[in-house]
Amino acid sequence: MKRVNAVVIGAGAAGGIVAKELACAGLSVVLLERGKWYTAADCRKDDLRNQRTTVLGNAFGPEEEGNPRIWVDAKGQAHTALANEGPYQNNAACVGGGTLSYGAQAWRYMPQDFRMRSIYGAPEGSSLEDWPISYDDLEPFYDKAEWEIGVSGDYSGTPFHGPRRRDLPMPPLPPGKEFGILEPAAKRLGLHPFHIPMARNSIPYNGRGPCMRCRWCVGFACEVDAKNGSQNTVIPVALNTGNCELRTGCLVKEILTDERGRARGVAYFDERGRLQEQPADVVVVSGCAVESARLLLNSKSKLFPNGLGNRYDQVGRHFQGHHYTGAVGYFDSETYDDIGPGASIAISDYNHGTPGLCGGGMLANEFIRLPIHMVDRMPPGTPRWGVGHKQAMRQWHKRSIVVMGPTQQIPTAAGRVTVDPAVKDKWGIPVARFEGNSHPHTFEIGDAQAKRAEAWLKEAGAIHTSVMTHKTEMVSAGQHQAGTCRMGNDPHGSVVNRFCQVHDVDNLFVIDSSVHVTNGGFNPVLTIMAIAYYASDSLVRTWKGTEMRS
Amino acid sequence: MKGPVVSWFGMEIKGKSGSLTRREFVATGAIGSALLASGCKTAVNANWEFLAPGEARTLAAICDQIVPADGFPSASQAGVVNYIDRQLARFYRPHRDAYREGLKKAQELVRTTHGQGLEALTAEQQLQAALLIEKEQAEFFDLVRRHTFEGYYGSPRHGGNRDAVSWRMLGLAEPPLLGRAQYDLRKADGK
Repeated sequence: MKRVNAVVIGAGAAGGIVAKELACAGLSVVLLERGKWYTAADCRKDDLRNQRTTVLGNAFGPEEEGNPRIWVDAKGQAHTALANEGPYQNNAACVGGGTLSYGAQAWRYMPQDFRMRSIYGAPEGSSLEDWPISYDDLEPFYDKAEWEIGVSGDYSGTPFHGPRRRDLPMPPLPPGKEFGILEPAAKRLGLHPFHIPMARNSIPYNGRGPCMRCRWCVGFACEVDAKNGSQNTVIPVALNTGNCELRTGCLVKEILTDERGRARGVAYFDERGRLQEQPADVVVVSGCAVESARLLLNSKSKLFPNGLGNRYDQVGRHFQGHHYTGAVGYFDSETYDDIGPGASIAISDYNHGTPGLCGGGMLANEFIRLPIHMVDRMPPGTPRWGVGHKQAMRQWHKRSIVVMGPTQQIPTAAGRVTVDPAVKDKWGIPVARFEGNSHPHTFEIGDAQAKRAEAWLKEAGAIHTSVMTHKTEMVSAGQHQAGTCRMGNDPHGSVVNRFCQVHDVDNLFVIDSSVHVTNGGFNPVLTIMAIAYYASDSLVRTWKGTEMRS
Repeated sequence: MKGPVVSWFGMEIKGKSGSLTRREFVATGAIGSALLASGCKTAVNANWEFLAPGEARTLAAICDQIVPADGFPSASQAGVVNYIDRQLARFYRPHRDAYREGLKKAQELVRTTHGQGLEALTAEQQLQAALLIEKEQAEFFDLVRRHTFEGYYGSPRHGGNRDAVSWRMLGLAEPPLLGRAQYDLRKADGK
C-alpha cells in the first residue's frame, strides 16, 4: 500500500480531530475505524437496543460475538464479558466513536483537576498524580473544541470553573421543568446552579439545525443531527481536504516497528478480513483507553518484547473512569415534561474543597428516564413486582427527579488493562483483561456526593428519596474510560510525554483519554477533544516533511 | 366473554401492532382482570418460536404475577410472552436452558405444594405460588422478572408492550411529540 504521512487508529472523539488537524496541515492521512459509519438516518429509537441500554445488544458496536473481554473479580476469579454487558466497559465502535450516541455533556476540567497530587497528596495505595500540563496549557484548545465542535450552555451561574477567553458559541436550550424545580432549591442551599455545557445545537450551527427535544438522547444517534460529534463535524472536514482517507471495518492487529525501533506503519484486518499493511511516517493511536492499551501491549517485537511503550510496565495501569452515585427524589406533583434531553442543570460546588475528601465531582439532573430505566428505581419499600410495583410505576414515573454525578476516581497502579494470556477475539488477537479496582477512598467520596444529591432533592420538595451508592468490584470505566497510557515527564512512571508522544518511540503517539493522568469530576469528552487539538498542534509544528524534528 | 380476548391474542399471533381505541383498550384491561380473578387459563398462542405450548402457559402465569392486569393489561396481554419467546430464539439464546429447566422446576414445585399446575390455580393461589418460586428459584425468577419488565416497558418493536400500552399507562404521549424547538418553553414552565 502507498505510504502515507500518518495513520490514525480510531475515528472517535480524538482520532477524528487528529485526522482533521493533520489533513488540514497538508499531511496525507489514513483514518482506520473498526466500526461502521452511521448517520442520522440510522437513528432507531429502541429502548432495549442502544448504546446505554444494551439488553438486546449494542446499537453502534462492537458486535456481541467474537469480541469478548475478560474481567477479574475481587476474589481473583476471571469472567468473560460480552460487548453488551456492563463489565465489558464498552464505549462504541463506529465513526464518531462514543460521540455519535453520547449525551454530549461537554465539560472543561477545572484547574485543580490537573494538580490533584499537589493539592491533596496521594492517598496510600493510590497512584494519584499531577498532569505534566496545566489547565492554562489546554485553555486555547478547550476554546477551539467548543467552537469547532459546537457547544451550547451558560457558565455565568457558577464561579467554579477555570478562566475562559470567551463565552460558549451557543446559548443553552430553554430550561425544562426539572430545571425550574432544582434551580431555586440549589440557590436556597447556597449553591451555584447553571446550564450544563453540551455539544448540542440549541440554535442552527455549523450548517445543522437545533435539538428538537425528544425523549431519546443519551445512547441514541440524533435523528435531526443536532448532537455534535466527530462524525458530523471534523471528520467531514478532514475528508474534504482531499488529504484524508477513512477506511471503515478495519481492525488494527499491531503497530509495526523497524530495526531501529521506530514505528513504520500498522498491520490491520480490512472489512473483508484480509490482513493489510499500511506504511506511515507517524502512527497515532486513538482507540480509547482500553483498546489503545491493548494494541500497544499486542504490538510485540524483538526490541519491544513487552509491547510498545511498555518498557517500564506502565501501559494499561491507572485505569479509571467515573464512580457514579446520586439520589432519586419522588415528588407529590409532576416533574416530567417529556422535553429532552432532560439533563440541564448542574452544580460544581462540590468538585473540590471538601476537607477530608480528595476531590469530588459535579452533580446534575439525569437525562429523561425511559420507563425501562425506572423499574428498579422505585421508592424504598415498593414491592419488586406485582400490582404494587405496577401502581408505583404509574404513581412515580412522572413524579421523580434523579440527581447524580461522576465522582473523580482515585486511580491505582493495580487497576489496569492487560491482555489475556489465553482468550482471543475472532481475528485471533489476545483480548483485553481488567484487573484491580479504584482506590477505596473513591467510594467514600461517592457516598458523600450521593448525600449531597439527596439533600438537593429534599430542598426541592421531594417527599421520598432513595440514595444510589454502591461499591464496585472492578474499575468503573465504561464510556468514560481513561488513564491507561499516562502522560508524564518521567518515562519510568508514564507512557507518553506532555505532547502525547510515546517516550521511546518518537513517531508513535497516543492521543485519546488514555493519556489522562486523572479524569476530573466531569464527563471527559471535551478534554479528550482539547488534548487532540493540543497534541495535533505540537505534532504539526514539529513536523518536517517525512518525520518528526527531535 | 372469551371472544375479545382471543381476538386480542389473534393480533399477537400475527405480530401486527393493531391499534386499539380508548374504549377497546379499557375493555380489554377489564376482561383481563376478570379472567385473572376467575382463575381462567390465560390464552396463549400456539406458534411459539422456542417455547412449547405448556411452557408458554406456565411462563404467562408467572409473567402475569410480575405485571398483573389491574385496569391496564397484564404482561401476557401486552405480548410479554411473545417478546421473551422471540428473544429466546435470538438475543436470549444463552438463557434457553435457564427457561427450560426453570419452568419445569417451577411447575414441579407448584404441583407439589398446590396439587395442580400453576395456570389452573386461582388468582390468590397463583400469587402465593409466585412468591414460592421467587424464594425457591431466586435466580430464575429474577431473570423472568427482568425480561418481563423489558417486554412490558420496552419498545413495542420487539413484540412486547403491545400498542405501547405501558407508555400510555404512564401517561407518556404516544406517538411521541417531536420537533418542539420552535415553541417558547418558558411559558410551559410556568415562568
